[in-house]
Amino acid sequence: MLRLLFGNRVAVAAGAVVLLFVLAGLAAPVIAPHDPNLQNASAIRVPPLWQAGGTGRHLLGTDSLGRDLLSRMVYGARISILLGVAVVLITLVVGTALGMAAGYFRGWFDLIMSRVVDTLLAFPFLIFALAIMAATGPNLVALVLALAFKGWVDFYRVARGDVLAAREADYVTAARGLGASTPYLLVGEILPNIIPPLIVLATLRMATIIIAEASLSFLGIGVPPSIPAWGTMVSDGRADVAAAWWIATFPGMAILLLVLSVNLFGEGLRDVLDPRMRK
Amino acid sequence: MKGPLLQVQDLHTRFETYRGTLRAVEGVSLRVARGEIVALVGESGCGKSVTALSIMRLIRAPGKITGGRVFLDGEDLLAKSEAEMRDIRGGRIAMVFQDPLSTLNPTFTVESQITETLRVHGVASGAEARSRAVELLEAMGIPAAKDRLRSYPHELSGGMRQRVMIAIAVSCQPELLIADEPTTGLDVTLQAQIMDLLASIKQERGLATVLITHDLGVVAQFAERAAVMYAGQIVEECPVSQLMAEPLHPYTRGLLRCVPRLGRPDVPISPIDGVVPDLVNLPDGCRFAPRCPAAMERCGQAIPRLYPVGGERTVRCYLHEPPDAPATAREGD
Amino acid sequence: MWGRFAGHRLLQLIPVLIGVSFIVFLTMHLTPGDPIEHMLGQAGRITQAQIDELRSHYGLDRPFHIQYGLFLRNAAVGDFGTSYSHQGRSVSEVVAERLPATLELTLFAFVLAIALAIPAGVFASLRPQGPFDRTATVAALLGISMPGFWLGIMLMIVFGLRLHWLPISGRVNLALIPQYVTGLHTFDALLAGQWAAFWSALKHLMLPGLAMAAPMAAMVMRMVRSSMIGVLAQDYVQFARAKGLPETAVIGKHALRNALIPTVNIVALQTGLLLSGNMIIETVFQYPGLGKLAVDAIAAADYPLVQAVVLIYATSYVLLNLGADVLHAALDPRVRLA
Repeated sequence: MLRLLFGNRVAVAAGAVVLLFVLAGLAAPVIAPHDPNLQNASAIRVPPLWQAGGTGRHLLGTDSLGRDLLSRMVYGARISILLGVAVVLITLVVGTALGMAAGYFRGWFDLIMSRVVDTLLAFPFLIFALAIMAATGPNLVALVLALAFKGWVDFYRVARGDVLAAREADYVTAARGLGASTPYLLVGEILPNIIPPLIVLATLRMATIIIAEASLSFLGIGVPPSIPAWGTMVSDGRADVAAAWWIATFPGMAILLLVLSVNLFGEGLRDVLDPRMRK
Repeated sequence: MKGPLLQVQDLHTRFETYRGTLRAVEGVSLRVARGEIVALVGESGCGKSVTALSIMRLIRAPGKITGGRVFLDGEDLLAKSEAEMRDIRGGRIAMVFQDPLSTLNPTFTVESQITETLRVHGVASGAEARSRAVELLEAMGIPAAKDRLRSYPHELSGGMRQRVMIAIAVSCQPELLIADEPTTGLDVTLQAQIMDLLASIKQERGLATVLITHDLGVVAQFAERAAVMYAGQIVEECPVSQLMAEPLHPYTRGLLRCVPRLGRPDVPISPIDGVVPDLVNLPDGCRFAPRCPAAMERCGQAIPRLYPVGGERTVRCYLHEPPDAPATAREGD
Repeated sequence: MWGRFAGHRLLQLIPVLIGVSFIVFLTMHLTPGDPIEHMLGQAGRITQAQIDELRSHYGLDRPFHIQYGLFLRNAAVGDFGTSYSHQGRSVSEVVAERLPATLELTLFAFVLAIALAIPAGVFASLRPQGPFDRTATVAALLGISMPGFWLGIMLMIVFGLRLHWLPISGRVNLALIPQYVTGLHTFDALLAGQWAAFWSALKHLMLPGLAMAAPMAAMVMRMVRSSMIGVLAQDYVQFARAKGLPETAVIGKHALRNALIPTVNIVALQTGLLLSGNMIIETVFQYPGLGKLAVDAIAAADYPLVQAVVLIYATSYVLLNLGADVLHAALDPRVRLA
């Protein structure tokens, strides 16, 4: 399986880029050339190095408050990845657990869950997050919950469907015949068999979450303004596009590159782990 | 009338795959007279369907017709333009496929699928096409034909779908019908009904038919002549009565032994040992040699020609080589 | 049969809509502050009697479940109370004013996305791994990986600020606003035969429309491509060719209709995301629509307005899914009976 994955050069390269972002985020305090929040009235809207007026002190230039863009972007990777991982983990665990329970036990639990899911599905994701964030204002815990509130539904549906199928599968019947307990059946027998598509989904959801978080931050209702985040940076740059194109451009490029890499890696993973979805 | 209706000469069709060139059809020649039913017999993957699609010029990339001629009433189809071919497809040569459920478009009504054919071939349109469609369905033995027009394929039974498909095929009075496994997947009673229908269409309309099948029972009952294919080549061709009475090619004999004989419990059923060769890596000599109980040393060296045996029969086997024939043969003769 | 199908699905929506409204109500109920004080904040001097009257009108003096019932009843007749941030105007009035702009932009983006995605997906499927397919696949991957707000800003920089081809904010040249009929400037201009106004309105739609349409076009194109590849391998496509149909009919009629069946659901899903995109793209381009209204309302803590807009979006989203189901049934006769 690993060999298959490594055979896909695009996916490997994409995985390397993702890793690079993770490392940059982790090592932000070490590699960032400046304090990301340090304002400098004497270095406002400094263009990037290669433009007239650019300096080696600020490789990618500065924003309208004189903050170093590169430093803010490195710290921005941190929050994007942190939030992405947190939200994906929560939704993966919650969605899988509920989905497996609904798929295995059926009955009233499944019925209630399907109503809940229908209702949540009726909400456009971003508007839903908006409603929550509007009520709480920008703060990280609320942001994670807002992003996770609907995200688990995807995992729920995949897990439920796969468990429904697995219930009747021979290996489960065999294990049941040998007297395996229900918790053991679910966790020991069924879960390992349904986990690959869930992992693929988790990877691809990560890309969506990163964009969603950036969008909320762009609207000023995501990451609190005191923490450097890519969406916020693009928003800051929006007002300045005529005078300083770089402020909005670079953080957006970072989002694009990370999300693209996550997507490519996820699709490579899908080709390996989930043969049903293979192109 | 002079000459056969369909004459296929030395047809070659290949597919470029990532593993290499797949030689699906190599040097197939076939003649079908007007009103004649000729069976093309063989296991799945032997190239009979590719032969049919080649005649229709429906081979698509990565496949390609790389050699040979296909004459319909003396006109070379391989030299025709795509537009001319469109008039011929469904107009002069019609085709029915194996599975009517997947062959009829699930999203269009029976009416639309029949009248569409009539329209593109300029046979009829509007209300006239509609009444033609009813007549056709009635001729196919479909009850309450008028009501069936509004049906979708999934609302019909298997036999009914098969009849609809045949109705579409014969709607423009073709001269030749290519039926690719028309009864496979139907139960025995339906099989007989559909084959009777095809036979009666042949009777009424003088329709020549190429019947592609792996079912020797169907061949015995309905076809006049048969060509047996193995791994892209015809290995034996003769009138059906001769084929059934005395198969000559070891492969044909093997095939017949796979079928239980009614009233002859003493004849054991035995499968042919070995597997069909890979069409990308074909053996050097006779393609059946690796599985042949009568294989000789020369069988593994060069492919035998189709040798004439008696007046109406050819066999591709050294066992039936006439004494005066040259020692070796060109490949793909 | 059609009416019954649609009616049945419509009935199924009622519990969903109730659930949606409950969540909206709950989130807003939990927000701090007294709504009445907010509502009257700008109204100047008011008597206690007036306050009490409003309080009982919105049921704020009643238990939670009664409040929710009243909220539902008021919402059903379009009464969402008074906006905190629009000089005491009613929420429904403010919303009605902005709705046409958003409708126009969303419609434009929708048409643009479909017009790009379906032909591109079909062409890509005809020669998988061919040059067009590869280009389209890469473009689609970029489309789904790109944040819409950033694409909007990039378009703005290139086509607005550098090339000066297209305007970067607003809906229409203010001197050319056509007479109000539908509120959709392009339609109104056409109705009045004002070509200059139509052109101006269309140009204003261009950049925000493109930025909004990009991710949807990408997703739909991928879906059309993959389902076309599947459909083209089907026997009925081969049979259509064997009937002598021209390739245009084989692909455009027999194959495409079947390929669109699974596409409809993706289109519905993506149109829902298009609605979410409203807020972002309208903010980027300072486009005076519902999305921008919602974002501003949040900034101003104008809860009744947020509540109304969220409910409108959720309702349109639900109706959109209903539309997709009906369209699905229209395309696929096998679904109608089920």
